Amino acid sequence: MATAASDHHADHGHDDHGYAHTPPFLVRWLFSTNHKDIGTLYILFAIMAGIIGGAFSGLIRWELMHPGIQVFTDQGILGSGMFKGHNGYNAIVTAHGLIMIFFMVMPAMIGGFGNWFVPIMIGAPDMAFPRMNNISFWLLVASFALLVTSLFTEGGQGPGFAGGWTLYPPLSTIGHPGPAMDLTILSIHLAGASSILGAINFITTIFNMRAPGMTIHRMPLFVWSILVTVFLLLLSLPVLAGAITMLLTDRNFHTHFFDATNGGDPLMFQHLFWFFGHPEVYILILPGFGIISHVVSTFSRKPVFGYLAMAYAMVAIGFLGFIVWAHHMYVTGIPLDLQAYFVAATMVIAVPTGIKIFSWIATMWGGSIDFKTPMLFAIGFIFLFTIGGVTGVVLANAGIDYSLHDTYYVIAHFHYVLSLGAVFAIFAGFYYWFEKMWGVKYNEILGAIHFWFMFVGVNVIFFPQHFLGLQGMPRRYIDYPVAFAKWNYVSSVGYMITLVGMAVFFLMLLEAAVRRRKAEANPWGEGATTLEWTLSSPPPFHQFNELPHISADSSH
Amino acid sequence: MRAEALLMRRLRGAVSAVGAAALMAGVSVSARAAEVAANPNIVGQPVDGAMGLQPAHSSLKFQAIQFHDWVLLPIITVITLFVLALLLICIFRFNKRANPVPAKWSHNTPIEIAWTTIPVLILMIISVFSFKLLFAYHSMPTPDLTVKATGYQWYWGYEYPDQKIPEFTSNVLTKEDAAAKGEPYLLAADHSMVVPVNKTVHVLVTGADVIHDFGLPAFGVKIDAVPGRVNDAWFKADKTGIYYGQCDQLCGVNHAFMPIEIQVVTQPEFDAWVAQQHAPAPAATPVAAPGKTASAAPQPLALNTQAPVATH
Repeated sequence: MATAASDHHADHGHDDHGYAHTPPFLVRWLFSTNHKDIGTLYILFAIMAGIIGGAFSGLIRWELMHPGIQVFTDQGILGSGMFKGHNGYNAIVTAHGLIMIFFMVMPAMIGGFGNWFVPIMIGAPDMAFPRMNNISFWLLVASFALLVTSLFTEGGQGPGFAGGWTLYPPLSTIGHPGPAMDLTILSIHLAGASSILGAINFITTIFNMRAPGMTIHRMPLFVWSILVTVFLLLLSLPVLAGAITMLLTDRNFHTHFFDATNGGDPLMFQHLFWFFGHPEVYILILPGFGIISHVVSTFSRKPVFGYLAMAYAMVAIGFLGFIVWAHHMYVTGIPLDLQAYFVAATMVIAVPTGIKIFSWIATMWGGSIDFKTPMLFAIGFIFLFTIGGVTGVVLANAGIDYSLHDTYYVIAHFHYVLSLGAVFAIFAGFYYWFEKMWGVKYNEILGAIHFWFMFVGVNVIFFPQHFLGLQGMPRRYIDYPVAFAKWNYVSSVGYMITLVGMAVFFLMLLEAAVRRRKAEANPWGEGATTLEWTLSSPPPFHQFNELPHISADSSH
Repeated sequence: MRAEALLMRRLRGAVSAVGAAALMAGVSVSARAAEVAANPNIVGQPVDGAMGLQPAHSSLKFQAIQFHDWVLLPIITVITLFVLALLLICIFRFNKRANPVPAKWSHNTPIEIAWTTIPVLILMIISVFSFKLLFAYHSMPTPDLTVKATGYQWYWGYEYPDQKIPEFTSNVLTKEDAAAKGEPYLLAADHSMVVPVNKTVHVLVTGADVIHDFGLPAFGVKIDAVPGRVNDAWFKADKTGIYYGQCDQLCGVNHAFMPIEIQVVTQPEFDAWVAQQHAPAPAATPVAAPGKTASAAPQPLALNTQAPVATH
């Protein structure tokens, strides 16, 4: 890691000066070109999408609490006429996945924290292409609007696209003749364009706008994580765009890319989709790795253990992410030698991931740990991500996947790495940078209560789902045999506990907004060494009018 | 087989422990248990509150359970507990009260080499067992019987090409019909696939409209039914009785309502069943879904009422 030279602290005196230049409200928030404002927009967007996606998961758990069909009846949810019956359930499951991935985790981590802190951490005044940054954000809003519209548009068996976030044809072609699927495709196109533009922006910024002395190997790990992430985005999203364009032409222009009766192959879509899809799941978690490194180091008051290994472990994970895609396809009938290769390649991922887990623990080892809310979430992350990681090793084995594929074991696995991994990392980052971003302090007690309810709740939701999966309960089921009743009930109780945690989170936001305790530039003390802590909280509208000079840190 | 019995016992223990926990949580679902006496022939089905894999009734699933329960599960449990222990040590020994002055080191090459190479070794051990299982799945003995299973929206069609039994369809039983037969709703089907016990059954799986998945937990079988492609799987059931599976690939609105029911019978019973299918059909009601080309309904197999057939 690197620290700013002391002369740079002069910035503190210029807060008011910086704020004097903020544009009027509409110009500032609609035509924003300021990386911090755009980051704020992304975070507010992610919170909004998270509320919707989280409400959808509530509907799912409510429906699955007992056998039979209670919520998604023929009259719709609560007799509202919306999301009727089986199709309504499948549409909600699909939307939950797409929203949480494309409109909650990605905007929060890359658009939100990435925009806010990558330029600051490398000592840059802003992103390389500020106007493109604005386009990236508003494309995402348009994309979300299309997705929501799709939910209320005819799909095939009712409103919405109900074929799962994986969009497999022929269910997404002949299975959904209505326009809902076309809207979903266009929504993903826009989200992809938004992310590709964002990726180009980050790559250019990180490669060209680092402050003097900020060499690649002195960049904070969060910047490294974003750099690897945006390369994954840049390389994988065009493949998805191609695949869904083929879906679009199959649907509308009588092409037959995925239509077996005319010489196409439904499996080709799966190969293309997962060539994007597997890097995508690393896109969701890698920025979290960066955040956790900062939080663990800050609150242990100790430099990150094995900085270079940490950085290159992320590069290795990013690379491996591109060569393991068909482990999502063991049961599709791909040849044995192909399966054997993907088993071996997939298991290799455990090595760099293990390096990261152990390096975080080594960072804490010998430290002087302060259990502030971000650190609680970070420790929770390390433990829960480990559980999600080891069940990933189980699923990597094709022979076991023949029993567990598309069961709740898979649901439990990827929610442990995403819902408990990525989301815990987002909360860790949110509390870590709370004062920096909003200029007010949060309440530590409310933060801790939020953490404990979340920690207990998500485990009660997802741990029993391993048992359901081992017993064979398939995913995406609106109704199940009574033999799956017990653990489903427990899982739904877990959702309620989590809901209380989320209520505390919003209470925390409200309390902070009402009390408006003035933020410090660096509330975390000597452990917080990156450049954002040298600025005021919130930072001036334009930071680094004079570029900071970075010198090698003695501990590095 | 002894290990299997052991596993069953462990599972049953888990069930009761879980039952107690669920009671404390105020679970009301137990009242929903079926009132009709369950069909005594049912062998392969999920168990409420169970925490492990469904018991094996084919050699492949038996090997899969051994791999999972004796290799994977212990390894991942030890790793998770190890990480947890390290975290707890950090929490209790290296908090700011216990250790006010933090250390400043951030490198230790030997330990970094250790935590890179040891996982590699563990993974190599896992992969030996993993490949053994994978190759076992892909070395089918000469099959004694071939059944073609076709996934439709939303039912299964079964065809016996060598026995010249044309495709018949298998639909989910309604809640009332399932209860009347003492079979679990959403697992029971009106016409089951019938196969002989201890015989290698080769299942050819394809999809007629969208992708479905032929999954049968007790046999460790799961293979996608992809339109335009014939996938295959095999199993050798070790016990007569009824086995349930479900569709494992999202296939539309009734994805949860196209179960798979397999009746494993003795060879003479199977031969009798085959002969029955060839007999001129009485005025049987076709079971094909509306709008589908009507296929002959199979003659019902009077097995559900029999006493359990002795296992080998």
